Amino acid sequence: MLAYILRRLVMTVIVIVLIMVFLGALVNLIPGDPVQLMLRSPNPTPELVAQVRADMHLDDPLPTQVWIFMSGAVQGDLGVDFRTHESVTDLIIQALPATLTLAVASLLLAILVGIPLGVLSAVRPNSVADRSLSFVSIALITIPPYVAGLLLLIIFAVRLQVLPSIGGGDLSDPVDYTLHLILPVTALAVTWIGYIARLVRTSMLEVMNADYIRTARAYGVRESLVAYKYALRNAIIPTIAVLGVAFGSLIGVAVFVEVIFARPGLGMLVYDAIQARNYPVVRGGVLVIAILFVLANLAADLMYQVVDPRIRVRSGS
Amino acid sequence: MAVAPSVEQRAPAGGILRGARSLFIQLLHRPAGVAGLIIVGGLVLLALFPSLFAPYPPDQQVIVDRLQGPSSEHWFGTDRTGRDILSRLIYGVGIALVVALPSVFAALVIGLLLGVTAAWRGGLLDSILVIIMDALQAFPAVILALALLALLGPSLRNVIIVIAIALIPNYARVSRALVFSAKANQWVEAERALGAGTLRIVGAHILPNILPSLFILMAMDIPSAIVIEAGLSFLGLGVQPPTPSWGVILSDGFQNVLDSPWAVVFASIVLMISTLGFTMLGETMRDIVDPRLSGMTRRRI
Repeated sequence: MLAYILRRLVMTVIVIVLIMVFLGALVNLIPGDPVQLMLRSPNPTPELVAQVRADMHLDDPLPTQVWIFMSGAVQGDLGVDFRTHESVTDLIIQALPATLTLAVASLLLAILVGIPLGVLSAVRPNSVADRSLSFVSIALITIPPYVAGLLLLIIFAVRLQVLPSIGGGDLSDPVDYTLHLILPVTALAVTWIGYIARLVRTSMLEVMNADYIRTARAYGVRESLVAYKYALRNAIIPTIAVLGVAFGSLIGVAVFVEVIFARPGLGMLVYDAIQARNYPVVRGGVLVIAILFVLANLAADLMYQVVDPRIRVRSGS
Repeated sequence: MAVAPSVEQRAPAGGILRGARSLFIQLLHRPAGVAGLIIVGGLVLLALFPSLFAPYPPDQQVIVDRLQGPSSEHWFGTDRTGRDILSRLIYGVGIALVVALPSVFAALVIGLLLGVTAAWRGGLLDSILVIIMDALQAFPAVILALALLALLGPSLRNVIIVIAIALIPNYARVSRALVFSAKANQWVEAERALGAGTLRIVGAHILPNILPSLFILMAMDIPSAIVIEAGLSFLGLGVQPPTPSWGVILSDGFQNVLDSPWAVVFASIVLMISTLGFTMLGETMRDIVDPRLSGMTRRRI
C-alpha cells in the first residue's frame, strides 16, 4: 500500500515536471517568430521587439528558458502578461475560484442526479424503466457540453427569460450568484449525469448478484434496504474512482461554458489569451489546469485505495 | 485499466471478411445497432453526395432573406447572411467526417506502434513511453487541443493533427496492455522456441489478435473526434468560416441568437443525433466483438 502510494507520488511529480518542460519550451515550438505573431504588426519597432524578447527570455538558450519558467513556477511566479505586464499568477488567482465553483457544483449535481438514476435502473433490470433510463443516459453522455449550454441558454435565458445568461453574477449577492450558476452548472453536468448513472447501474447489477446480497435477502432483509444500504455501498466505488477524471475534465470543458455564458474564469482567461496570442498567460493557465487535473486524478486514485480494500491486495501483488 | 487476457480464443487471421459479415448480421439483430447503422449510413450518404440532398449551395447568400425561421423554402431557416441552414448542415457532414476519420485513424496507427514497441521491448523504453503518455493524458483533451492550436494556428489540417495527438495515449495504452497479455500466452513462447523472430510473432500472431479491439475503440472515438472538432471550431480555433463546419454554424448562430435561434437549435440537434448514432453503433459493435471492453463507455470530451 505504502509502496503503491510512493510510486504514484513519484509518477505524479515526473509528469508535472514533463508538463512544465513542454510548456516552458512552448513559445519556441511555434512555427515562425513568436514575437512577430504576438505583436501582430508587420513592422514593430526594434526596441519593442527587443523588450518583449527580453521579458520572455527568448534570447536565452532553450534549456535556460525552460529552467527560468520551471523555477519561477515552483515559486508561484508564472511570468507577466506581455501586454499589460500584470502578473500571470495574479490573473489566475482571480479567475480560479469561479472555475472551481463551476466544476465542484457540476460534479455535485452529477452525483446527486446520476446515482439515483443508476440505482433506479439496476433494481429492476431490463424493465421498461431500466431500458428508457439506459437510453436517456446514453443520450445525455453524447450531448456535447457546448450544445447543452447553448440550448439551455436559448430556452431559459432567451425564450423564457427566467435565468440570467451573461456574466458570473455578483459575489456579494448569494441569490444573484447562484442564479448565474444554474445554467452553466447544468450544462457541464449533463454528460456526467449520464455517465455516472451508467456506471452505477453496471456495478449495482454486479453487486446484486454477490453472495452477501443473496444472504441478506435470504435473511429476509427488505429489498429496498438491500439495494440502498448493502448494494449501493459497494456499487459506488467505481464512481469514486472516476470523480477525479470528472473533476479535471470539467475544469477543461468549462472553457466552453465560460465562453457561452461570458463567465470570468480560467477557461475564459486561456481562451482570451489564445485569441490575443498572449503566450505567457496561455502557458500559465494551461499549467494550472493540467496540474489540477493531475492532482484530482491522484486524489481519486488514493481515495479508491482507501475505500476499497480489495484493490490494495491486487496492487501489492 | 488492465485488460484480462483471453486472447487465444479469438478467431484466427484471414477470417476478417467473414468476421465483418457476421458482425453486420449480428448488428441487425439489435435495436441500437440498427438505429446506429441507419444514422451513420445516412450521414455517410450525405457526406458523399451533399449536392443531391442540399436544396441550396452552402455559401449562397441572399441577404434579404436573412435570419428567417423555418419555412417551406428554408426548412431549417437562414443565417445572418441569408444562407440556407439545412444546406450548410448537410455540407457540414463531410467536414465532420473529413476531420474525424483521419484523426482517429492516425491516432490508432501511431498509438499502436508506440504501444506495441513499449510492450514488446519492455524495460527503460517502456517506462519512458508510459511516462510520456501519462504526461499527454495529464491535460484535459480540450485544453491540450487548445494549447496545441495556439501553437499551430487554426486550420482544418491542424485540427486533425491536434485531435490525433489528444487520442494517441488511449491507443498506446490499450495496445500495450493487449500485447502484454498476448505475450503471456503459451503459443507465443512456443513460437519463440521454434525460432520465430519478433516481427513474425507480432505481425502474424499478436496484431491479428489485438486489432479487432482497437478497431472497436476507433469506432467509439469517432463521435469524440466529431464533438472536439465542432467545439474547437465553435470557439473559432478550429475549422475557419465560411467552411460549413457544424462548429462554425453554431458559432455564427450564437452571434445572432437573440434575433434567430434556429441555426443553433438545428445544428445542435444534428450534432446530437450524429454522436448518438455513432455511439450506438460503436457500443453495439463493442458488445458483439469484445465484451471485455464493456464498461469502457467513452466520454465525448
